[in-house]
Amino acid sequence: MLKDGKVFVIPCSGIGKALGTVGRAAMYEVVEKLRPNEATTVCLPLLTIRDEAVLKLARNNSCISVDGCPFQCARKNIESSKGKLVASFVVTDVLRENRGLKPEGVTELGPKGLKLASILAEKIAGRIDEINNNR
Amino acid sequence: MTIVKDKVGVVSCSGEDLPEGTISRIATRLVLEKLRPHDTVTICLPLFLAGSEDERAFARVFPTIAVDGCDKRCAEVGTKEYSGKPVAVIVVSEIMKKYPHLKTKSRDNLSAEEKKLAIKVAEEIAAKVDEILGRKK
Ligand code: SF4
Ligand code: SF4
Repeated sequence: MLKDGKVFVIPCSGIGKALGTVGRAAMYEVVEKLRPNEATTVCLPLLTIRDEAVLKLARNNSCISVDGCPFQCARKNIESSKGKLVASFVVTDVLRENRGLKPEGVTELGPKGLKLASILAEKIAGRIDEINNNR
Repeated sequence: MTIVKDKVGVVSCSGEDLPEGTISRIATRLVLEKLRPHDTVTICLPLFLAGSEDERAFARVFPTIAVDGCDKRCAEVGTKEYSGKPVAVIVVSEIMKKYPHLKTKSRDNLSAEEKKLAIKVAEEIAAKVDEILGRKK
């Protein structure tokens, strides 16, 4: 599938924290359901290990980082790869606005965690529309 | 630096783009939560780059298994580059060759078949944990 020309939604997928899974779930909702023609993803660790092909994609296309917590690993990995970062989301910010939606665990988010992921996915999709409208 | 000998680090790639990456992540969580909860610890792989020296000490403090989705071996390469050489590496795509009847295609919600594969991978990680700790289970 051709990835060039799409907006890259790159979550941290933090395995140590449930909020990392929320970011990952939100990304899949965006790239597979909400904006499949406009958005795609790559494996974040390929940026961490400086894979040439993925570095090129991240530098040539708009990237949105989606992080579980304030460490903001996805954002920092994209920045240190000199990727074209156009927006950043942090799950803890969205949780603060939706305090009742605490996810259950890293593997199973539960209904509240999934709802939180959907709210975040809508925000990301909205941002993708803005980016594409301003092109 | 204290070297911990009674716990094993398990660092998984996150493999957002490939079903094998999701298997690697879920298998790692199965080990941490169900199979060897008292013997294993983890860290978010991208924290090696984004975090501090404390995070980067991980593989020097714990004997560490890297769990990767595919042959790019991001967890192995990233752990080695930023933290320390993993003592073992598990690659999902290699394990899959042993179970050709188990197919993977979803990156998000695992099917029953994909869950079976995740369990097989988790069992291999757990066996490696036992080997590193010098235990027979
Ligand atoms: S941002 Fe937080 S949850 Fe995500 S990988 Fe980093 S430490 Fe883990
Ligand atoms: S090892 Fe393979 S599946 Fe895992 S993050 Fe790297 S490219 Fe993706």
